[in-house]
Amino acid sequence: MIRNNAADMAAKLVAGEITSVALTQAHLDRIEAVDTDVHAFLHIDTEGALAQAAAVDAKRAKGEKLSPLAGVPLALKDVMAQKGIPTTCGSKILEGWRPPYDSTVVANLKKNDIVILGKTNMDEFAMGSSTENSAYGPTHNPWDLTRIPGGSGGGSSAALAAFEAPLAIGTDTGGSIRQPAAVTGTVGVKPTYGGVSRYGLVAFSSSLDQAGPCARTVLDAALLHEAIAGHDPKDATSINAPVPQVVAAAKSGDVRGMKIGVVKELNGDGYQAGVRARFEESLELLAKAGAEIVEVSAPNFEYALAAYYLIAPSECSSNLARFDAMRYGLRVGDVDGASAESVMNLTREVGFGKEVKRRIILGTYALSSGYYDAYYGSAQKVRTLITQDFTRAFEKADVLVSPTCPTTAFKIGEKANDPLAMYLNDIATIPVNMAGIGGMSLPSGLADEDGLPVGFQIMSPVMKDERMYLVGAALEAALLSKWGAPLLDKAPVMGGGR
Amino acid sequence: MSSLSRDDVAKLAGLARIEMSDQELVDLANEFTVILDAVARVQEVAGADVEATSHPLPLRNIFRPDVVVPSLTPEEALSGAPAQEEQRFRVPQILGEE
Amino acid sequence: MTLSYDEVVAKYEPVLGLEVHVELNTNSKMFCGCSTIFGAEPNTQTCPVCLALPGALPVVNEKAIESTIKIGLALNCSIAPFSRFARKNYFYPDMPKNFQISQYDEPICVDGYVDVEIETDEGPKKFRIEVERVHMEEDTGKSLHVGGATGRIHGAEYSLLDYNRAGIPLVEIVTKIVPGTGKYAPEVAKAYVAELRDILRSLGVSDVKMEQGSLRCDANVSLRLIGAEKLGTRSETKNVNSLRSVERAIRGEMIRHAELLNAGGRVVQETRHFQEDTGLTRSGRSKEQAEDYRYFPEPDLVPVAPDAAWIETLRAALPERPSIRRKRLQEAWAVPDKEMAAMINADVLDIVEATVLLGADPTKSRTWWLGEISRIANDKDVALADLAITPADVAEIVALVNAGELTDKLARQVVEGVIAGEGKPSEVVAKRGIKVVNDDGALMAAIEKVCAEQAETADKVRNGHLPAAGALIGAVMKETKGQADAAKVRALLLTHLGQSEG
Repeated sequence: MIRNNAADMAAKLVAGEITSVALTQAHLDRIEAVDTDVHAFLHIDTEGALAQAAAVDAKRAKGEKLSPLAGVPLALKDVMAQKGIPTTCGSKILEGWRPPYDSTVVANLKKNDIVILGKTNMDEFAMGSSTENSAYGPTHNPWDLTRIPGGSGGGSSAALAAFEAPLAIGTDTGGSIRQPAAVTGTVGVKPTYGGVSRYGLVAFSSSLDQAGPCARTVLDAALLHEAIAGHDPKDATSINAPVPQVVAAAKSGDVRGMKIGVVKELNGDGYQAGVRARFEESLELLAKAGAEIVEVSAPNFEYALAAYYLIAPSECSSNLARFDAMRYGLRVGDVDGASAESVMNLTREVGFGKEVKRRIILGTYALSSGYYDAYYGSAQKVRTLITQDFTRAFEKADVLVSPTCPTTAFKIGEKANDPLAMYLNDIATIPVNMAGIGGMSLPSGLADEDGLPVGFQIMSPVMKDERMYLVGAALEAALLSKWGAPLLDKAPVMGGGR
Repeated sequence: MSSLSRDDVAKLAGLARIEMSDQELVDLANEFTVILDAVARVQEVAGADVEATSHPLPLRNIFRPDVVVPSLTPEEALSGAPAQEEQRFRVPQILGEE
Repeated sequence: MTLSYDEVVAKYEPVLGLEVHVELNTNSKMFCGCSTIFGAEPNTQTCPVCLALPGALPVVNEKAIESTIKIGLALNCSIAPFSRFARKNYFYPDMPKNFQISQYDEPICVDGYVDVEIETDEGPKKFRIEVERVHMEEDTGKSLHVGGATGRIHGAEYSLLDYNRAGIPLVEIVTKIVPGTGKYAPEVAKAYVAELRDILRSLGVSDVKMEQGSLRCDANVSLRLIGAEKLGTRSETKNVNSLRSVERAIRGEMIRHAELLNAGGRVVQETRHFQEDTGLTRSGRSKEQAEDYRYFPEPDLVPVAPDAAWIETLRAALPERPSIRRKRLQEAWAVPDKEMAAMINADVLDIVEATVLLGADPTKSRTWWLGEISRIANDKDVALADLAITPADVAEIVALVNAGELTDKLARQVVEGVIAGEGKPSEVVAKRGIKVVNDDGALMAAIEKVCAEQAETADKVRNGHLPAAGALIGAVMKETKGQADAAKVRALLLTHLGQSEG
């Protein structure tokens, strides 16, 4: 039953064919069977999950009206605060910290009676594209355990690909939901910025961060999207408008007459051959489904990566200042005669990993007196230019598309010593965060040269998220027809297969 | 070509309150030479006539009413404290001036 | 070399800069819904936001914006059509985020002024102090330093942090540089802070109690040779907790700077702390290497663009400027300058006005509040406002005296009774049975009785020796248990004895 879609599981729950407890237990068993190899999870809340599941079953037995995904289990990226449950953000500096409050996303999950199985692994404080920056060891791609599952949300995507959970929550600042989805053959969506509350999402880059739904199908992602999205008065940057009708769009999948814009700059030599081949095929399928393919240009996109690696580190250098050993988290060096300052300095040295420290220093520099205009200030101007590029492009097309990332999953350790090479993984996903628009990645097939999953990225204008789901559903259906079975069926069988 | 010396990085580490080893400082200084070169590209298009974005969305005037909402209990507030005394967070001696 | 103040101002002219922080009296904090009540148990008014727990986000308190705009308008500022919050980044344990949400290059109010008047050798002189900006920020937590000698930070073993205060709204009012005050710099500064305090109080946006920290003043002073153009190096003095301290601190700093300069030394740009006991300042943080705050726009908050109509509504609702009100009341009540100053110094203007508005005579109101009631407050060592007696009570008492139902002496008893909590004046009168014996019949009976008992004295009066009446009047008062109106007794007695007082 763990190989079903969330929507099918939900239907079975409603029909009384299974209980949430049984469903949850099945997933807990699966996690036990495979997670030693995959290492998607940092914390498994066995007791809590089963208790939640039992509560939902009881409600259902009473005949209470429940939300569409009630009783379905989910994996939560460890960057989201969940009350009483360890929340580490993949860092040593928060080892053992249990928040005294729930993030709004978790509150919404609980309101919808979705069962939270546990917290998933991630690059430390969401900084990375491979989950190798986790202080707790990397996660392994279920397609090939020697390879990365993407990052920063590799744990969530791996959990989906390994059938440890049918649903997951990720967060995306420069591609951290979409790129892992691409390299694990799953679906990941970054909603319009402000569409999902950031209250309780441990901040990396405040003007770019966004939580989003991860799943194995477009419809599952849509259902989860509607469960977590919406205005939150506790988040001053959240949008006060109705949640886009993404479920209806996912169920429709009718793209006839839609204009699909291929972004010229997000393709080309830097992209692996197999990635480009699957992209072209997907375009053909969409054309066959009645969409019109047009070419658009976004000349400022080539500066997006540079701007991102100024804005994100700048904001994070400030956001991470709170980790100072005074009120929570790790404290080292508190010996006789030590000062608060020395304890702070030592704790941050020991508690933060290399990539985090690198970005904090870079951000401190970019904001510092005398350099602000040249670096942070200029980067924010590039952001305006990128937004203008998107606005112009969306005049010509209803959605924009590109390959999600330039390569398939690389080997663990392959790019760990080359920060710039690592940063290039996000080259196609970053522009989306810069403009605050919506972005989705869904599987478009396997690359011929290595048999590894490739992702297709769909981008929609601000608060028009339903367009991504419309096009995504259409493509997914066409691909399913072509393949005859879900792509994940081709993934290596793990843990004795159930 | 922009570059940072080991001492430049040391100053930044001081501002960021991170006690870095000498080797770390040297390594970072080297890395930054490459990184700064790459990110400095933003200056190519950041003309004076371009406005800076600090928010992706044109929201304005988001407020909350001046109403008291229940706080955390002191136990919850102090639950993560590395050290506490008399319902307060206990921290080592502060050298800086207040 | 110790210089006298006169020597200092003979050679140098001071340039001032004043930064005043005001704690707003909103119910909840600047960015979260925690209560702002003073004196609560430690860490009982905190939440993920003001504790800076991972994941928490700020949301702006609407009332704080309103209060800040009111302050700006009252200080003749322009209200910025577009303003933004910014992060001021630095590390300190009492500041949970290790950045303060403040405002940087886009504050909410700019370019205002405050006019003050001080007494100079040439008579009253006006000074206009220009206000550069008014902006919003948040207060820090409170630290308790344990283990050191005096509870101060030096030599402390460790510190205990209470974050109840963290996040309370603060408004910062910054003046432009203030040249041209000459030897009156200390008085001008004091007058400015006093006027600011009165304006803020009249707006009702803060308790403005310097002793409690809801109004804080940092004074910047620099000296230059008289006639010179270039500004001298300035020092900033913090911990100035009263109006008197503002004056003393500036005077002290002027002397200190002058002594340094005269000796060929250099004034160091630094933060200094004012010491109440000595009136001198102590060196604190050196500002030579100004901390790099790396300001950038706060990404978790969106810009503030106050609606023009809203601003005009606030402007129309502004209360009368305190200095104008004082002049108006002085004229209306015909109060001599000295008495007016006494009322202002004793801070009874509001309470007297309230009494007058309820119909009482201004002079009588003033006499009661400044006189008897203030005396009682002093004896009990409490503030006037904390006594149980209200303007309505005083107005009622004045009315009763006017109506002849109380004498001044009896009225004092009623005042005592009201303050003791025995009820409203009419209730006290009833409970204590205080009654002016007005009944002529009863009075005449007493008068006749006394005249019979003191026949000799009565005769003296009959024969024209009026002063002798005093003893008789006293006896009648005693006879009526002090409840007669002495003046009436005198009149009736004299008439009875065939005399009158023309």
